Amino acid sequence: MTGSVATGGVLLTGGAGWAFAVFAVLALAMAVAVVVAKNPVHSALFLLASFLLVACLFILVQAEFVGAVQILVYAGGIMVLFLFVIMLVHQRMVVGVKAFQHQWDLALLFLLVFLVPFLYILGTEKFPDIAQNPDAFRMIGTRVVGNTQAVAWSLYRDYLLPFEVASVFLLVAMIGAVVLGKRSAEKVD
Amino acid sequence: MTVTINHFLIVSFLLFTIGLFGVLVRRNFLTVLMSVELMMNAVNLNLVAFSKRLSSLTGQVFSVFVITIAAGEAAIGLALTISLFRQRKTLNIEEADTMQG
Repeated sequence: MTGSVATGGVLLTGGAGWAFAVFAVLALAMAVAVVVAKNPVHSALFLLASFLLVACLFILVQAEFVGAVQILVYAGGIMVLFLFVIMLVHQRMVVGVKAFQHQWDLALLFLLVFLVPFLYILGTEKFPDIAQNPDAFRMIGTRVVGNTQAVAWSLYRDYLLPFEVASVFLLVAMIGAVVLGKRSAEKVD
Repeated sequence: MTVTINHFLIVSFLLFTIGLFGVLVRRNFLTVLMSVELMMNAVNLNLVAFSKRLSSLTGQVFSVFVITIAAGEAAIGLALTISLFRQRKTLNIEEADTMQG
């Protein structure tokens, strides 16, 4: 039992580890660019790059299905929605308008408050030592299948009720979006 | 290079913090929404990393649900954006202060 402690916590080694470092640093840089960029179109494109890089991280840890869904739903669906709305409201880029509120330095200070408990937990918390199973993401019972099939098996067998609730949520969100988008069109004077 | 769960936690924390900073300080409502999406992405990264760490598929299934919620949230948020723009002709959230106490 104690023999697996040394290797239990290692998720990636060698070239995959360096790939993780490259993707992670790029994703963080893109995330900073999203927040800093003045033009919302630039923000949206940086956000797209960040999503794709995080999808690469998912695929690195062998969560291929989540990586594919990330690309399809985030990069494909949500980003197109964002770009459509940006084009729809066609903001005039006013020269000299600041992107940040005047209290941005206070907000930065506020974020440091979060850093302390995070570092404390990172330093003291011992996550349980479970022997790593390299095939855990592609197993149904004892059979070895693909990651997508394994996720589907878990989703439709163990999490069927949350799955149905999610469909109701999406219906409510759709109706809400239609109502919100329609309301002011009625009272055009 | 050896990567453990701590590296994933650090990346996820930094992504979440960048997103939170964007929510707090940006004036453009669209960019605030994008920062919220960044935060959700950070949470997904955490879930998938722990799913790998614990050799369990539950984290991956949960992150699929998080992506679903993010899609709904984006739809509602963008509808609100259009509604705000129609009423105020601006996306600056500092000008939407009717309910300010």
